[in-house]
Amino acid sequence: MGKRRGPSKYRLMRLLSSAAINLALGTIAAVCLIPFWVVIAASFSSERALVESGYSLVPRGFNTLAYRYLLVDSAQVLRSYGVSVTVTLVGTALGLFVMALLAYAISRRTFKLRRALAFYVFFTMLFSGGLVPSYILITQYLRLRDTLWVLFVPHLVIPGWVLILRTYFLDLPEELLEAARIDGCGEWRMFFQIVVPLSTPGLATIGLFAMLMFWNDWFTPLLYIEDQRFYPIQYLLYTIVNNMDFLDRLSQQAGIRVEPPRIPARMAMVVLAIGPILLAYPFVQRYFIQGIRVGSLKG
Amino acid sequence: MSVVSPAAIVPPTSRVAVRQSSLRRWLRTNGPYLLMSAPAVALLFVFAYLPMFGIIIAFKEYRFDQGIFGSRWIGFTNFRFLFGSDIAWRITRNTVVMNFLFIVAGTIANITVALLLYELQGKLRAKLYQSAMFLPYFISWVVVGYFVFAFLSLEQGIANKVLVSLGLEPVAWYREPKYWPAILVFVHLWKSVGYGSILYLAVMLSINQELFEAARVDGANKLQQIRYITLPHLVPVVIVLVLFAISGIFRSDFGLFFNVTRNQAALYPTTDVIDTFVYRALRQLNDLGMSAAAGVYQSVVGFVMVVTVNWAIRRIDPDKALF
Repeated sequence: MGKRRGPSKYRLMRLLSSAAINLALGTIAAVCLIPFWVVIAASFSSERALVESGYSLVPRGFNTLAYRYLLVDSAQVLRSYGVSVTVTLVGTALGLFVMALLAYAISRRTFKLRRALAFYVFFTMLFSGGLVPSYILITQYLRLRDTLWVLFVPHLVIPGWVLILRTYFLDLPEELLEAARIDGCGEWRMFFQIVVPLSTPGLATIGLFAMLMFWNDWFTPLLYIEDQRFYPIQYLLYTIVNNMDFLDRLSQQAGIRVEPPRIPARMAMVVLAIGPILLAYPFVQRYFIQGIRVGSLKG
Repeated sequence: MSVVSPAAIVPPTSRVAVRQSSLRRWLRTNGPYLLMSAPAVALLFVFAYLPMFGIIIAFKEYRFDQGIFGSRWIGFTNFRFLFGSDIAWRITRNTVVMNFLFIVAGTIANITVALLLYELQGKLRAKLYQSAMFLPYFISWVVVGYFVFAFLSLEQGIANKVLVSLGLEPVAWYREPKYWPAILVFVHLWKSVGYGSILYLAVMLSINQELFEAARVDGANKLQQIRYITLPHLVPVVIVLVLFAISGIFRSDFGLFFNVTRNQAALYPTTDVIDTFVYRALRQLNDLGMSAAAGVYQSVVGFVMVVTVNWAIRRIDPDKALF
């Protein structure tokens, strides 16, 4: 780009437009990041400084009391972390497994029902029974309220992801699968030994989307979880927005009598809830970008 | 979940079949696929199809002790109550208006950001900007609710500190519905622009470079290149994405309207949408009939919208149609 040498007026224009572009994007990027920083700064501030002078970009009265309070004095945070990790890992593994199996089946041209089943999957994206029927089904008929199951079983199959996985499987070299079949390879062995290894980028992408969904789910527990033992981290975070006393109750359970650092503790909870995402982000970002492109172009 | 799949009667491989019936032959090729499909098909049946039949709840006076079949049939009474109140109009208007604003502002913002990123393509800075803008996509609405509160809280919020330092009166943001359409549009853009610009950028990167080369030779400047090359290439994608967004105009992002507003009743005049009402009627007002009726209203109108939009897309570009 810089190789081109033109009249100086032209070069000045280039320089100015480049500066304008960087300024615009830099501003937008900063606006996207600042809230993260404000919350992190608040989590390291003292309660008094926050009450008196409010949120700001630098921690005031720097201390780590909030984290000690959450991680050492209260068993609930670690418990909720455990629930979130369990649900995320089990939900992702199981969901990916059943979705990939279905997607593979409906990607095979020899499968007579592939069109019917693809429509069966697709139709659930067009029409839904709504919240009330699901709520009654899950609470009154399946009796899943206050169980770990309810946090992942209803979300194992996401129709859009099944259809995206199918497009990955449709791209597999047909000759290879045909050759394996002629050599007497059964469908199951073919799936596990040929299809899965060849489709790892696609499976990884959908797996990451699934992990994000399970980790960030606060709506399912909002509807179905009352028992504190099954609070995922996001729902614990939601609870302490609305329930000023919840933090105090936690500390009473733990036998602490000091006044909890209320605002910093809330902010520290936010940091704990997004921590794993922030840590994984640099490594997984490109899979998401790729997934969005594939999903919207083909799915 | 005892869904009996035909695959359960696949003949064992060791069996020596003297003469296979056509059903057996059919099962031999399709059986493994049926078995593979079975778990996901069963899950969808239970969690997606069964609730569809549950729509009849909206036509009943549902009582938990009597169940779906025992509850009394009351026809359209729930719907008459819903549409007889101001609620139906309020939630419909808010849902449609807010979604309309999201679509317009979102499309403009996504394309603008993609254009800016395109100009820096290949540079490390472009990657950094994009990473920063994409990050909000990854956090839950509960977390976003905290972020917004750090800015809008009456006493500790950054917005009011700025207003006071400018000599202005602080604003009780969570009690003033008039500001919220703008706030929600901003928060929506904040969370979605990194995500939304990815696709437009991908389309721009697929434009043949020779077109730009030729335009430069003819003396076209950057803005002219954008106007006559880049934007025309985006038009088909924009049309399809906007139409799909319109098909979803009756559904809203529950987390945005619920968490970012902290579910403050004072804000309902501008922030109460169909999804928040359905939730509130079910869990907070204990008016299951109203909730079910509003849910059915949303599903049915939403379905009509999708089918209509798909018909429109099919007329414009059959390849892009959903079905």
